[in-house]
Amino acid sequence: MQSTISVEDHLTKIYALWLREFKVFMREKSRLVASTFTPILWLFVIGSGFGAANPSTVPGVDYQQFIFPGIVAMSIIFSSVFFGSYIIWDRKFDFLKSVMVAPVSRGSVFVGKTLGGMTTSLIQAAILLAIGGAIGIPFTPLSLVQDVAVILLMSFGLTSLGLALGSYMYSLEGFQMIVSFVVFPLFFLSGALFPLDNLPGWLRALTAADPATYGVDALRHAMLGVGSNSIGFDAAILVGYTAALGAFGIFSFKRMKAV
Amino acid sequence: MIRIRNLVKKYGDLTAVDDLTLDINENEVFGLLGSNGAGKTTTIHMLATLLKPTSGTATVNDYDIVSQPAKVRASIGIVFQAPSSDDMLTGYENLQLHSMLYSVPRHARRQRIEEVLELVGLTDRRHDQVKAYSGGMRRRLEIARGLLHKPKVMFLDEPTLGLDPASRETMWKYVKRLVEEEKVTIILTTHYMEEADMLCDRIGIIDKGKIVALDTPAGLKAGLGGDIIRIKTKDSIDRVRQFDFVHKVEQSDGFLVLSVKDAKKALPVLLQNVEAESAEFASPTLNDVFIQITGRNIKEQAEGGFMERYAKYD
Repeated sequence: MQSTISVEDHLTKIYALWLREFKVFMREKSRLVASTFTPILWLFVIGSGFGAANPSTVPGVDYQQFIFPGIVAMSIIFSSVFFGSYIIWDRKFDFLKSVMVAPVSRGSVFVGKTLGGMTTSLIQAAILLAIGGAIGIPFTPLSLVQDVAVILLMSFGLTSLGLALGSYMYSLEGFQMIVSFVVFPLFFLSGALFPLDNLPGWLRALTAADPATYGVDALRHAMLGVGSNSIGFDAAILVGYTAALGAFGIFSFKRMKAV
Repeated sequence: MIRIRNLVKKYGDLTAVDDLTLDINENEVFGLLGSNGAGKTTTIHMLATLLKPTSGTATVNDYDIVSQPAKVRASIGIVFQAPSSDDMLTGYENLQLHSMLYSVPRHARRQRIEEVLELVGLTDRRHDQVKAYSGGMRRRLEIARGLLHKPKVMFLDEPTLGLDPASRETMWKYVKRLVEEEKVTIILTTHYMEEADMLCDRIGIIDKGKIVALDTPAGLKAGLGGDIIRIKTKDSIDRVRQFDFVHKVEQSDGFLVLSVKDAKKALPVLLQNVEAESAEFASPTLNDVFIQITGRNIKEQAEGGFMERYAKYD
């Protein structure tokens, strides 16, 4: 009985923290517009531009369609890791202090915040999926379920990463480093823009270490039926990475200073 | 309600709180008075479990701040120096968020939120985003937020810092109302003398991390030895000295400055016997007490003490 009450209590607190993130996101329309516009630009400019020069990356799939799963992954990488910077804002405006002084476990604070980040990533991805339908991605109910599962896994892992890194920082300027050293490598090494099969060895090794690689590959399997690994292998690695990054996030939040 | 025992907080070589021992009683309004950097905020942060003491400990509502932080947090409400509500949310939404974080039962939430909004006079503005609030309104929202879960102890850290005089007086009004309507022990830090004088039952003057004086406001002032009378007269200092209610006489700028126990009784007697061109009297203020005890004026140091800034990066 005692534990039932306490589980419900934890969930209420997590819900409260998530609801705050969601409301703030819905009120900051410019954030949504800006972060959705960039992937669309990539899809149409890079997709059409390189597509004209290099028409046969994978037989039967044009280049724009080929990079579409990569662009969805890009949107998740950027929005999820960037979301980590909001923990720095929370600290700057003392909101974080007001949460830390409440009887809420650090784990709940982390989960509430992460769910908020996942929600924003999912909304942006949903907009891109709709555009995907328009450029001829052959969605089926099964592939959509797979897509959403991969999107949630990726965004959970990468939001955890962003929040964990953000928890060690006191200035937004410092977070710019994360963009150069984390966000861009995650994206460029993920195979979002090129197939992994004929890469030089050093590049192949780097792509293999990038968690986003498995997200992109899984999405490509689900959407287009092509990929470098088996979808089961992708899913297993993705789950492993997500669990590890989630643990890193909780660890970081537990050791974060309150004031 | 609060028992502080040998509490110490050091930042490297710097001792922010130095072996502090203090008891605060139930339903008391206790003021920690000190200049910036005296250790007030550091003390509050330790009592609220946001900072770990270097040594020593304290109990709040009978829970130990080091070994039972979760229970301490559920027992306290706190208003920070800088407002900490989310300004993208409305006042009501901020309160809703915190009522859930503080486990206020679902069926009681709405009513409790309305109660605290009413208490701080924000009912009319509850559905406005906090970014449209004035500084005073934001502080009042913080007080409302701190009260949601009916805490046993409420910490107010410089509740009127940076407010204009009118908002400050409004704030005092609400703090007094809070004392009357909610059964809660209040610990308030301030470096405004009149604020401490007006609101507090007892005052601890803190200087360099130590409590250097502890009494009621009246007791502290009485400790200075009564009132001061300044008269301008051609009579000699010896003529004034003969009255036995005069403890001490000094000459200063053509005035005679007399220390007396009670100026209201002494002055008429004096005026009947001494030919005075002018006379005035004053009761000592807490500022006089502060200068007497610490040897410094409280306003000498700049806003935003070095210690507070330092503490942020601990």
